[in-house]
Amino acid sequence: MPIGAVPEELLAATERTVVEWFPFDPYRLPPLPMPPSAWQPERGQYESVTIMKALAAACPPDAARLLGLTTADIAIPMLSFLFGQAQFNGPIALVSVSRLRQDFYGLEPDHDLLLERLAKEVLHELGHTSGLIHCADPQCAMSLSTHVGLVDAKQASFCAVCGSQLVRRLTSSNG
Amino acid sequence: MKNIWQILVVDDEEVMCESMAAWLREDGYRVDTASRGKQAVEMAAQTDYAIYFIDLKMPGGMDGIETLMEIHRIHPEASVVIITAYATVDTAIQAMKEGAQEYIVKPCNPQEISMLVSRIIKVKNLQRENAILRKKLTRQYNYRDIITKNARMQDILQLTQDIASLRSTVLIRGESGTGKELVARAIHFSGDRSTKPFITVSCAALTETLLETELFGYEKGSFTGAGAQTKGKFELANGGTIFLDEIGDISPKLQADLLRVLQERAFYRVGGSEEVRVDVRVIAATHKDLQQAIRDGNFRDDLYYRLNVIEIRIPPLRERREDIPLLADHLLERIAREFGKEIASVSEGAMRMLMDYDWPGNVRELENAIERACVTTRTRVLAEADFAFLEREVSARRAWSVPAGMPLEEIERRAIIATLERTSGNIKEAAAALKIDRSTLYDKLKRYEITR
Ligand SMILES: [Zn+2]
Ligand SMILES: [Zn+2]
Repeated sequence: MPIGAVPEELLAATERTVVEWFPFDPYRLPPLPMPPSAWQPERGQYESVTIMKALAAACPPDAARLLGLTTADIAIPMLSFLFGQAQFNGPIALVSVSRLRQDFYGLEPDHDLLLERLAKEVLHELGHTSGLIHCADPQCAMSLSTHVGLVDAKQASFCAVCGSQLVRRLTSSNG
Repeated sequence: MKNIWQILVVDDEEVMCESMAAWLREDGYRVDTASRGKQAVEMAAQTDYAIYFIDLKMPGGMDGIETLMEIHRIHPEASVVIITAYATVDTAIQAMKEGAQEYIVKPCNPQEISMLVSRIIKVKNLQRENAILRKKLTRQYNYRDIITKNARMQDILQLTQDIASLRSTVLIRGESGTGKELVARAIHFSGDRSTKPFITVSCAALTETLLETELFGYEKGSFTGAGAQTKGKFELANGGTIFLDEIGDISPKLQADLLRVLQERAFYRVGGSEEVRVDVRVIAATHKDLQQAIRDGNFRDDLYYRLNVIEIRIPPLRERREDIPLLADHLLERIAREFGKEIASVSEGAMRMLMDYDWPGNVRELENAIERACVTTRTRVLAEADFAFLEREVSARRAWSVPAGMPLEEIERRAIIATLERTSGNIKEAAAALKIDRSTLYDKLKRYEITR
């Protein structure tokens, strides 16, 4: 689900990633307006918990997961920024592309690189919704990225350990 | 392992508490929150948290510093991190005097806090490990982590001692996961270079250019991004040993460069004209058949003879099956401790299974298998069922015996899970391997999935 205006290609790329890795049929909800109360004028950023709550309120009962995608720069009180946030073992996830763009860092825009980073963060946050925690393998999508260089060090795939945990979580018949 | 550690976040602002807790949970910690200092102290009386994050300014009687002092009264060793806004940094310094371990100014950057947390947890892990070690009689293991009663392995260990103080180049051959680096370390740390650096380079992991700069370093401005002169691994290893893993994978150009280092004990930094002289012992390793590579024209024979002054061939685990129980017990003890789980042993049946398995990935695969079993088991003894995934791999590789009488649905379910495990969860690839389309695989997954 886009939050505010999100370019079509980013939404399409997100759907491709979901299709490749998760047993969900993605469908798009109409854009959710950014909740005005999320705006933090003193920080020039949007508060992620408020957005997550708005997403949860908009989550259709039959949806396995709800992934919000935003171009806004997001943060929580404790941290200066986030690439994304997820409900651990819950349906809601949020990814911000703001700091995945080269131009955020004053560099030449790089569209392919942006799509690659987006795929990694989508896997990462959806991994959390399936109960995966951060992985020590720096190439694994579940490794923690505290800056964009670490996003680039990852691959858009899970390591064997996280991959098999994910499969077990998604397929186990007894929980 | 992280999940044994609990963290308490104390802040009157709910959004602050919840978002911080959520972030830490994603990192694998168990996190509780408290909105009042008094509540935090009550919780601390019940549970000894590994870290307390406490907001300095809280209304309702007890502020951050008072809370800190109360918690220290209960747990004098507690790690308390005081959270503060810019305006109150002075008070935070006051908090440090009262025994706070650290303070952070919010909002802080994710890297800072992630490093802070791992720094504290690392110390906690060490303290815990020491405590366990003190309780137990430390068993002495042979030659730094190589555990064996196999005659050939014992010969190898003897050889590592005999050649430890020579400068001769050593070539270690063995399948992946056999412990080539452990043998290299045993040589280095038993010899007169043991107080000097032991530097490892995995040649397969890097492209030609990267490997070249990694090995030999570079001069300032030798390529874009070369900001300052940087030492390569050969220089860093000066006086000690360099371990070149996967030597069979290096390019012809680097083979020539390496030959020169071995012959002349000197090289040039990338982009440099000044010769750098080093005293480095080279230990190389490969899982490849280098003689075959020479015949194929992919490896220089002169380099091969330079490297192969002393050759050590480590047998694969399936040729030293008598070591499997020893290794399994040793690994189990270590892994269970890391996980904070009480797992006492491997059952007899499971051990028989481990001894029968072929271990294409050798000791490393055994280690992974035990780790995996420790994660999933719910009992104190690892049983055959905990190693069921090995059966799956065996049956995939060997002739497959039909599980007669098993419900078709169960057979299908297992086949899907096994395939998905092989593709690390990639549904597209799994569907292709199973020769069904994605949507069919979805339907089947949905049928077996627990809806949540
Ligand atoms: Zn994460
Ligand atoms: Zn992983």
